[in-house]
Parts: sequence; C-alpha cells; structure tokens
Amino acid sequence: MTIGNIYRGREGMVSWALHRITGLGVLLFLLIHIADIYIVRYGAEAFDDLLIIYKGLPFRILEIGLVASVYFHAINGLRVIIIDFWDGAVDRQRELFWAVVVLFTVMFVPTAILMLIAAFD
Amino acid sequence: MATRLSRGGGRARPAGSGGFELFSWYFFRISGLALVFLAVFHVIIMHVINTVDEIDHAFVVDRWSSPFWQIYDFLLLTLALLHGVNGARVSIDDYFRSSSWRLAAYSALSLITLVFLVMGALAIVTFDPSQFEAVAGR
Repeated sequence: MTIGNIYRGREGMVSWALHRITGLGVLLFLLIHIADIYIVRYGAEAFDDLLIIYKGLPFRILEIGLVASVYFHAINGLRVIIIDFWDGAVDRQRELFWAVVVLFTVMFVPTAILMLIAAFD
Repeated sequence: MATRLSRGGGRARPAGSGGFELFSWYFFRISGLALVFLAVFHVIIMHVINTVDEIDHAFVVDRWSSPFWQIYDFLLLTLALLHGVNGARVSIDDYFRSSSWRLAAYSALSLITLVFLVMGALAIVTFDPSQFEAVAGR
C-alpha cells in the first residue's frame, strides 16, 4: 500500500492538486494545438482564418493561464524530481515549496505584464 | 518486500527492478526535465517575445524552414504528448474505480494518443516549405 502525498495535507496537497490541474489543462491545450497546427498544410488562408479564434480577448486571457500553468508545472516538477532523487531534500519540503512559489512569481509577474500590455494594445 | 512510501515529491517509485510502471516513473522524470527547457522556451518565444498578433502562416513557414526548429518542435510534440498522456493515465487510475469504466477511459486515451501523435508528427515531418515560400514572400 502506497500513500500518495494527497494525504499529507498543507503544502504537499496544494502542490499536488495544482500539479495535476495544470498538467491536465496543458494536455487539453496541447491536443487543441496539434489540431490547429495540422491545418498549416492547407495553406495561409485556412490557417490564418483559424488563428482568429486565438486573437480575441477571451483567448488571450486564457493564454495567460496557459503560460502560468506551464511555468508552475515546470518549476514544481523540478521540486518533485529533487525530492525523488535527493534524500537531503526530504527534510526541506517547506523550503522547496516556498522556492517554487518565489521562482514562479519571479517568472510569471513580468510575463503576465508583457502579455497584458500586448493583449490590450 | 516493503513498498516505499511517498517522500512528498512525486508518487512513490514503483517497487521491483523492471516493468511498465517503473519505466513510466522514470520516463515522467526524464521527459519532464527535458520539457522544462523545451516547453518553457517554446512558451516564452511563442507567447511572450512573439504574440498571437505576429504569428501567422508565414511565421510558421519561416520557422519550419529551419531543421533546428523542426527537430525542436518534433521533440517537444512527442515528449509533451507522451508525458501528458501518461499523466492522464495515472489520473484515470485515481478517478475511475469500476474496471469497465477504466477500460473505456484507457481505450479512449489510447485512441486519442495515436491519432494526435500521428497528426502532430505528420504536420511537422511532411511539412514542405517550398510549397509556400512563393506565397509567404518574406
């Protein structure tokens, strides 16, 4: 019987839930993205007509969520790998969790500002 | 043999010295490490440095005229799709308790994986820039 860290509560549970939600969300977008990029072969008119969907404001807000999901999943994934392969990290769970929060914030805040400026420009 | 409890990182490494679950456990971590670079740089290039305002058919033609970006995107496609589908498979194990629903979900996921892997690979591998260069004109 193995116990997943969903049962551990606190930081572990928050990270675990966010990792799964962002992972499944990015997978859903990846499937949509494979379908749109397949249309490239049908020429400029077909592809550019399709891209109009992505250029509207609702998608551009969702797009910021997509980028946030990729950033979080990547940074938190590094935390998971560090804990899985380095015994010393097991006693430093809380510090690693906060390192993820800090690194995510440092990357995401400037990204979100640039994307919002571009979206409302 | 005692099974290892989760250490608070990912799910516990499957016991034993082989088998699909152990392969999957390592694949998650190795592909994940590659994707940290491949996916994050892709996102920064395509959503922050460039935006949907600049990206169009000519942009893709220009980009895929370079073998570097074709190989980059092919690696990103295959690793991201297999990594993501493996995550969906583990999620199915967690949420589908009845064996018949689980089988249905596995079947749907396998079909989706096959179709989208072929579609994505075809989009990149069979892409012929010479077909569009005259139109793109940049």
